[in-house]
Amino acid sequence: MNIESRKRELVKEFSPLLEKTTKVSKIWMGVLVAIILVGVYAFFLQLFKGHEVTGMRDNVVWGVYIINFIFFVCLSYSGAFISGILHFYKTPWKNSVSRIVEIITVLSLIIGPIFILLCIGRLDRLHYLFLYPRIQSPITWDIIAIMTDLIGCFIYLYLTFIPDFAILRDHSENAPKWRQKVYKFLAIGYQDTPTQRETLHKITRTMSAMVIALAIVAYTVLAWIFSLTLQPGWNSSIFAPYFIVAGLYSGIAVIIIAMYLIRKYYHLEHYIRKVHFMVGGVILLILSLLYGYFTFSEYFSRWFSHKIHDTNLLNTLFTRYFWQFVLANYIGVLVPVVILFFKKFRSIKSITFASVIAILGLWLNRYLIVVPTLETPYLPIQDTREEFVHYTATWVEWSLSFTGVAAFILLFILIMKLVPIIPMSGIIDYERDNSKKKRTVNPKITE
Amino acid sequence: MEDKKTEKGSTNRRNFLKLGLMSSVTAVAGASIISNLVSDEETKPSGEKMRLLTPDGKIVEVDASNVNKYPEALITPEESRKGIPNRKFVMVIDLAKCKNARKCVEGCQKAHNLDYNEEFMKVQLIQDNPEASPYWLPKPCFHCDEPPCVTVCPTGATFKREDNIVLVDNDRCIGCKFCITSCPYSARQFNWGHKDKFDDESQPYSPETSVPAAEGTVMKCDFCPDMLRQGKLPHCASSCPMGVIYFGDKNEDIVTNGEETVRFSKLIEDRGGYRHLEHLGTKPNVYYLPAVNRQFPLERGFNVEEDIIERYKDVPYVQDLKKQGKI
Repeated sequence: MNIESRKRELVKEFSPLLEKTTKVSKIWMGVLVAIILVGVYAFFLQLFKGHEVTGMRDNVVWGVYIINFIFFVCLSYSGAFISGILHFYKTPWKNSVSRIVEIITVLSLIIGPIFILLCIGRLDRLHYLFLYPRIQSPITWDIIAIMTDLIGCFIYLYLTFIPDFAILRDHSENAPKWRQKVYKFLAIGYQDTPTQRETLHKITRTMSAMVIALAIVAYTVLAWIFSLTLQPGWNSSIFAPYFIVAGLYSGIAVIIIAMYLIRKYYHLEHYIRKVHFMVGGVILLILSLLYGYFTFSEYFSRWFSHKIHDTNLLNTLFTRYFWQFVLANYIGVLVPVVILFFKKFRSIKSITFASVIAILGLWLNRYLIVVPTLETPYLPIQDTREEFVHYTATWVEWSLSFTGVAAFILLFILIMKLVPIIPMSGIIDYERDNSKKKRTVNPKITE
Repeated sequence: MEDKKTEKGSTNRRNFLKLGLMSSVTAVAGASIISNLVSDEETKPSGEKMRLLTPDGKIVEVDASNVNKYPEALITPEESRKGIPNRKFVMVIDLAKCKNARKCVEGCQKAHNLDYNEEFMKVQLIQDNPEASPYWLPKPCFHCDEPPCVTVCPTGATFKREDNIVLVDNDRCIGCKFCITSCPYSARQFNWGHKDKFDDESQPYSPETSVPAAEGTVMKCDFCPDMLRQGKLPHCASSCPMGVIYFGDKNEDIVTNGEETVRFSKLIEDRGGYRHLEHLGTKPNVYYLPAVNRQFPLERGFNVEEDIIERYKDVPYVQDLKKQGKI
């Protein structure tokens, strides 16, 4: 098999994805940019008028922003986790999804921390975190963990991109000059020689193990922001593993949705196959069961031991937040479980649907962890002006939340314009391995 | 041969020690350079000289920038971290005497330049169990010995002093609100938007007065250290007409409400003093005397503005009273 000609073939196959922008995707990008522009306006409004424009007040001091923060950061950690595992084990079908996972990881890790910045009252004093650091504070741990994770993930993502940059550099003669220059710069002289390949594989494998470890640490610290306080709804020893499972749950769900959309709009049925959805569906099933189990344990022990402050919290959850609680913790778990449990229900569409439900349920679950707890402190909220008692997010907060999602999708589309969403080097590696096996050991292994 | 080896080993160790020493010296030097830079920024020599009379009758000339611009009772943010020497401040609140007159709230608001709706001191209506009779509970910051708010602060903007007081330095606060969520007593407030009073420059900011407040930062009850430095009671204690709030020094074992001065330990011992939510392990420095042998019926507390009564509408007892048409 001639590797060079195969590379050329692949570049030819994928170059329409990189260079052509269809009308539909232009409209999409326009809509996303519009959402982001409104968000930018909302951001400046908040910057100049202060946090008064949000729904947060003295009792509920953290709102939708911190929920988005947990959501995106968890998404990123789970992405790192899954991607690390994908890389570590040589699964044959991993190639088509690995890049999707990596991009999700890095993008959500960029967008997530922006939401925590929106929570901060004095952005002009952000550097105080480094000028006057206090290592005792879980926030400091979180900053260290997130920054380490961000750097680690960036290195990891870049490592996985290098071989493709090299292929694109060598085989995109027809592409515009700037593109060629970008590829040449980013490929950092990678020539795909056996020694280079060997070294790169080794580094990437080491990094993938590191990224898994980093994800677990960073996740745990994030959960500790809540569980190390004394608040009745937060002070729970299972929060760290609970957050990890919940994050993986949302991570898998987002990957499935991304696979569905990419497969549909870029016509990649040849690469993203039914088997990916089936495997994803089974993993989602396992995680939804685990997540449901953790959620149950968390609330059941509170309900059974009925300490007075836990009871007050549960009262809030079951009165004011009754429907949200049902949607988040019943529908959000049971619907995916039922869809995924029975083999005959499993189809590409139904699995994607289950993922959407899982994500919405999980977001709502995070909301129910943050807001009702703050509305039910140890000392009942009294002697406070009426409008400070309960929390409702304002349009500014919603707008900025949607901006986060829009920016995520837009950046995803833009990265897909830079490198093919299916790693070409992975295809070549796979084929090379196969042809070697054919020649040496057992020709029956290949499909 | 072996001698050589050990020699080599020892030189290695010596080198290692040297290296360690060197690096620590550089670290110290670096840190001091940084701190010098910081302090340089704070006091730029103005070139302007001032003549001052020292206590022993000599006239000295100093640079104008070295003269503390703060009035006598005002302490700079840096100095405010130390606390008043040899003091351990403590507050005792006699629940039997409280009738929700709200003079403590108003006195505090006036002194700290707070709006009508902002209160460092809140008065809660607490009913311990369905059989117990409800009582009014004035709730300042508890200035805990194990303050969760201080532990979680990422910049050291809130700190615990040697004299038991927990303060907020709003020059340092970045407004992450983590302290608000970690305080189990909901003692902290946030400045959500800009207000004209924040621009008031008639007196420089001091964490000891909490005035002027700043947008996007946290504030709370500060035990009025500016008053304590003058040997006066905090504003809440001095403005309470019933003498509910006793304030004093644990070291001297004395507390006073302005009228009577009593032994702190004896007061707590005789009257069954307790701390609120003791089981949380925060070790508050505010003690309560239980609401027994009350001086006023609870209903006297509803002798306040309509909108204040509205703030207690979620309390079951108040709902009952409303049903009966008593308020």
